[in-house]
Amino acid sequence: MFSFCTDPSLLNDWFWTACYLTTGVHMSFYLSFLKVLLLLAVTAPVALAFGFGGAMLARARFAPLSWVGKGYIALVRGVPDIAFFLFFVIALDQGIEYLRHKVLCSDWDMPIRQGNDFVVCQAAKMPLGNAAQWVHETYGFALAVFTFAIVFGAFAANVLFGAMRAVPHPQLETAAAYGMSHRQTFWRVLVPQMWVYALPGLSNLWMVLIKATPLLFLLGVEDIVYWARELGGTKTARFTDYPHPDYRMWYFLALLVFYLIFTRISEVALDRLMKRLTRGQATTGGEAQRRAGA
Amino acid sequence: MKKILLATAALSLTAGMAVAESHGKTIRMGTEGAYPPYNFINDAGEVDGFERELGDELCKRAELTCEWVKNDWDSIIPNLVSGNYDNIMAGMSITDERREVVAFTQDYYPPTASAYVAASEDADIEGGVVAGQTATIQAAHVAESGATLIEFATPEETVAAVRNGEADAVFADKDYLVPIVEESGGELMFVGDDVPLGEGIGMALRQSDEDLRETFDAAITEMKEDGSLNELLKKWFGDETTIYE
Repeated sequence: MFSFCTDPSLLNDWFWTACYLTTGVHMSFYLSFLKVLLLLAVTAPVALAFGFGGAMLARARFAPLSWVGKGYIALVRGVPDIAFFLFFVIALDQGIEYLRHKVLCSDWDMPIRQGNDFVVCQAAKMPLGNAAQWVHETYGFALAVFTFAIVFGAFAANVLFGAMRAVPHPQLETAAAYGMSHRQTFWRVLVPQMWVYALPGLSNLWMVLIKATPLLFLLGVEDIVYWARELGGTKTARFTDYPHPDYRMWYFLALLVFYLIFTRISEVALDRLMKRLTRGQATTGGEAQRRAGA
Repeated sequence: MKKILLATAALSLTAGMAVAESHGKTIRMGTEGAYPPYNFINDAGEVDGFERELGDELCKRAELTCEWVKNDWDSIIPNLVSGNYDNIMAGMSITDERREVVAFTQDYYPPTASAYVAASEDADIEGGVVAGQTATIQAAHVAESGATLIEFATPEETVAAVRNGEADAVFADKDYLVPIVEESGGELMFVGDDVPLGEGIGMALRQSDEDLRETFDAAITEMKEDGSLNELLKKWFGDETTIYE
């Protein structure tokens, strides 16, 4: 990156460090921080939507719908994340390719399953075999978001399901007494009040989600932990201009600092949100706020 | 939230819409990128190493367009058979067990010597604790040898286990260990005899991809015959490495 970096073995420590930290691999490392932040920013609301949908289904008065919701919550929560990430994603990818294959290559005469192999025609590949690398990466990223959303959605559904039941019953009875329909009661009374009960559980999920990103490498998306391990590993002089011993401790220390700062920011934000949600609620917190204000 | 949902939907759609005319297939080459000198990530962040150079040359000779893809070692075979890339060049030894799942070309690296590396001369490699990388022929060998095997996901960790005393020795491909021992300044050393394992290293492909296997096989034969493969071996593994006759 800098002009003086042409022969790193001649440099003194400071310049060496400056050059070392700006190599191409390090740029990929810095980029992976953005990738992780983007993943979290996209996944969290999508997972919340999945959770909300799951909770609504589980509460449905029509029994089959309720079974679907409860089945989703129970199944996904029961399967280990790593199994889910290894097999569900491959199955999902194959499912998409299978459908595209059926539509796009109807004249194909070979079986799709050949022994261990999954073979579809070239036009059905997702993404196409000759697509640019960034398309492959974006596709992997989208799969990751979807999978994370399903997994964390199931946990969120359980939290929201509980929170909906925690809303004091008299509130709902009052709504009914005012002549609100079931739907109106749900959207106007139940949903605005349930968040305060859901937030502790949801904030736990958020904290776990922040640290779940190493699962990404199973999908070929290189996250910060992958790069820290790769960059920190011993480098011998034969294969790099910047040989160094095992630096993994330093890289993981940097990750630790990153995670701690991120956790702290999250905590502050969640605290504020909690205060905001408590306002006017029939909870101890809400009561305390009312007294302080009076 | 609606906007973010829309954005997510749009994102997955664009991935699907990037549908170009499928003329000329790109061969996607899977590798691990953590096993120098076979394959590793260089300072610029690209896949580099013996297999990168060999793979590019094979593609050139077979007139194929190739692209390199990194994948975790643990899921490297499932992703191949599922069609996420078309072959594996990742220092993978040819074994009968793997042959049941994937097809191999002929070896492009002669049957390898594996070796033990320890922190002291008198390390117990037959009854002690030996580190190996998960799902490698070396790990299988240690498990049968009577020593206690501890497995790690990456080669780097197996060596680190010896340095910090967690394991008495590490058992891995000798070519991977040579530069590490050389640069350890006497801290690490080879112990015991070299063990010949496997049937050499080959390129793994889907069993249904017979045409592609034959194409690469022919290119490897060509490189063996004109001596260019031997030159590559010497370049990456030193003058003393085993070469093809």
